[in-house]
Amino acid sequence: MTVHRFTSKPYMVVIALATLVLLLPLVLPSAFYLRIAALVFINALAVIGLNLLMGFAGQVSLGHAGFFGIGAYAVTLGPAYLGLPVWASLIGGAVFSALLAFIVGQPILKLRGYYLAVATLGLGLLISMVFTNEADITGGPNGMEVPRLVVFGWRAYGSQTWYWISGVSLVIGAWIAVNLITSPTGRAFRAIHDSETAARVLGIDVPRYKLLVFVMSAVYAAIAGSYFSLFDGFVTPDTTGFIRSIEFVVMAVLGGLGSILGSITGAAILVILPQVLTVFHEYEHIMLGLIMIVFMIFLPGGIVPSLAQRFRRRTA
Amino acid sequence: MNALLTIENLGIAFGGLKALEGINLNVARGDIFAIIGPNGAGKTTLFNLVSGLYPPKSGRITLDGEDVTGLPPHQLARRGLSRTFQNLQIFFRMSVVENVMVGRHLHENRNVFAHLFGLPSVGRQNRTTHESALELLSIVGLADAAERPAGALSYGALKRLEVARALATEPKILLLDEPAAGCNPVETEEIDAVIKKIAARGVTVVLVEHDMRLVMKISNRIHVLDQGRTLAEGNADAVRSNPAVVAAYLGVKGKTELGLAVR
Amino acid sequence: MAEFLQFAFSGLTVGAIYALIALGFTLIYNASDVINFAQGEFVMVSGMTAVFAAAAGIPLPLAALLAIVVTVLFGILLHRLAIEPARGASPVTLIIITIGASILMRGLAAVFFDKNFHSLPPLAGDTPLNLGGAAILPQSIIVLIGTGIIVTALWLFLNRTLMGKAMLATAANRLAARLVGIDTSAVIGISFVVSALIGAIGGLLATPITLTNYAIGTLLALKGFAAAMLGGMGSPIGAVAGGLLLGLLEAFGAGYLSSQYKDAIAFIVILAVLFAMPQGLFGRASIERV
Repeated sequence: MTVHRFTSKPYMVVIALATLVLLLPLVLPSAFYLRIAALVFINALAVIGLNLLMGFAGQVSLGHAGFFGIGAYAVTLGPAYLGLPVWASLIGGAVFSALLAFIVGQPILKLRGYYLAVATLGLGLLISMVFTNEADITGGPNGMEVPRLVVFGWRAYGSQTWYWISGVSLVIGAWIAVNLITSPTGRAFRAIHDSETAARVLGIDVPRYKLLVFVMSAVYAAIAGSYFSLFDGFVTPDTTGFIRSIEFVVMAVLGGLGSILGSITGAAILVILPQVLTVFHEYEHIMLGLIMIVFMIFLPGGIVPSLAQRFRRRTA
Repeated sequence: MNALLTIENLGIAFGGLKALEGINLNVARGDIFAIIGPNGAGKTTLFNLVSGLYPPKSGRITLDGEDVTGLPPHQLARRGLSRTFQNLQIFFRMSVVENVMVGRHLHENRNVFAHLFGLPSVGRQNRTTHESALELLSIVGLADAAERPAGALSYGALKRLEVARALATEPKILLLDEPAAGCNPVETEEIDAVIKKIAARGVTVVLVEHDMRLVMKISNRIHVLDQGRTLAEGNADAVRSNPAVVAAYLGVKGKTELGLAVR
Repeated sequence: MAEFLQFAFSGLTVGAIYALIALGFTLIYNASDVINFAQGEFVMVSGMTAVFAAAAGIPLPLAALLAIVVTVLFGILLHRLAIEPARGASPVTLIIITIGASILMRGLAAVFFDKNFHSLPPLAGDTPLNLGGAAILPQSIIVLIGTGIIVTALWLFLNRTLMGKAMLATAANRLAARLVGIDTSAVIGISFVVSALIGAIGGLLATPITLTNYAIGTLLALKGFAAAMLGGMGSPIGAVAGGLLLGLLEAFGAGYLSSQYKDAIAFIVILAVLFAMPQGLFGRASIERV
């Protein structure tokens, strides 16, 4: 695990990320690549939230696609049934996710380790099931068309637009995450990860902080989910499923738990790899599985922390 | 009587087994109060009850005149009680100084919105917290190791890190669970000096310790537990000469050890 | 009453399969702290291998044997090539490895076999038996008997053989087991073999009723995991009880409440149980020592 300093070093990640978002369009040859970059940013946003929960506070969630799904459906259901503008529905989805996380989190977060994993898994499954089964409202497994985001009469569509929306949001999301982890609240999260007992004895209200980080990660997921369906123009229950929850966890762990840069790297790998692997078509899953195994064997702490450690050892 | 911590008729059982029963004790302000007893006597259990980790089955705990029975640990911390652990509870993913910074939690501004948006006040706060953490580290002699990962420290140093971290909460009363266990003679000397420094700062100290030499030397009051019950209480001389203590707890071999400690 | 019996029987049948998967989780977890998310793939690989071997003209008993051998081989390879090299990594890293293995096995099945649903001919024909007004498939009874035999055999293995006792000792206290000379690394290997074996037999028993395809493993793993937690992680009895209970919950939920929300009903009960008993039904309640 990396040792985080309270110095300005973590902010380097935010600055580097902002630079990357600014410069990337100059290098990317076509709209297709901008599209993939936008997908990376959207996933990374959700994964940063999950990383706050898993990597920093040490609480597992196998159901985060549920919150992602709430965001994804909010921007279609809000306009369709409540007559809300899309942007208001997006905020509404985030608020709803936060409320749900707040209510469900109080009992769930008393569980530990794998028991918490199965409880969050159940939560995600329940949410996903509602979207699948309430076909009269959600279109069921066939999904729904998603309206365009309109802000002050300006319609957001196309890869380039979404590249900027998701890119800027990711930078803000990363900035907020770094603010948090370098603050007393962040130290409380990390203390809970290492020793709940010691954290309690030092005056940290552990249930409160667990709930706080759970709610925050749900908000990250919901906003990312809204972006995802707005960008795609279509939403199906797959968006909210167990597989996607697992994907988020894999992104977070592969990139490196407890590292913001790791979350972005993990998301980038899991989004880009299948695109590259489509060349191999039939063998896509085989390759993906193999790559996951090999990476985790050789870089067990996650890509970013493990490489950083090796680099430090070499220079030291 | 100016008692800071009062325990009345305290008891707890695990699955029918009475781990502690009918414990009464008074810790006066400014005391260095030792709790001794053979393995399994219930010393750590007593600490776990007093610090709120286990809810007691019976009895009452009063801290500074207020009934605190059954309060969770973080509420007790707010009322000025902190502790260290026999089995180290270090934040191993953090640096040494960050461990102590966590201890400043209660004295920091905990406004989450300020934290989310990284307001300048948070930066200033971090710097003050860092400074006071460094100060505490110098008390326990770890100032040089401040920026190292906590996992890189030796066992004895980690023990002192826990003391610094507990001190960071600015406790009125500090419970030290076997501060010298597993420490070599040099490290034990260091712990000894640290405890004296803490007491000099006006913090009341309660310690569980096996090292008789240390106990007899620094504590002004000693409470002896055996099999979950009180065996004796008094100052070092009274306990040393108490036949029940010598017979039931120290045994023949202990007697010589005790004798050595006198000199 | 007939309806009740019908639901109970179908619940027990599905539950028996969940129980077998949960047992596999438990064995590997006890040996290594790893949750093996490829556990469901053992069931899939076995079923698919048997189906395709039989389709190639191999007699059914031989096809079944081949399926078991192939699945156990996967178990050994998973341990040797993926878990063993990552020794010392954190549990979460190891779990990601097993998820990778699960995706890999699914991919292999899709390439070597196909993506369609398949079935095996039931062992004792498919004329339903009438039991108190409920129509029971003979294969259901075979599934239950088969599960009973596996559980008994496993119990005998764990309590009567040296290797089994070594596994129990490792589960109880890994350090102490190592100190008395138990090769805990070998115990982990054996746990993978036994788990794969149990999964393979589960696949053979279930395929005539539930059908199989390359992608069924994920959902089975999820259900088996939930069953293991319901019973209390690390307890073999808990795994069996949790599996059967989960199957029954689903069947009665689907029958009496809503077939669409049968999984939801099951999970709500699991959550309720965990809130009342945070260590599961048979889990060891532990007092945190500090």
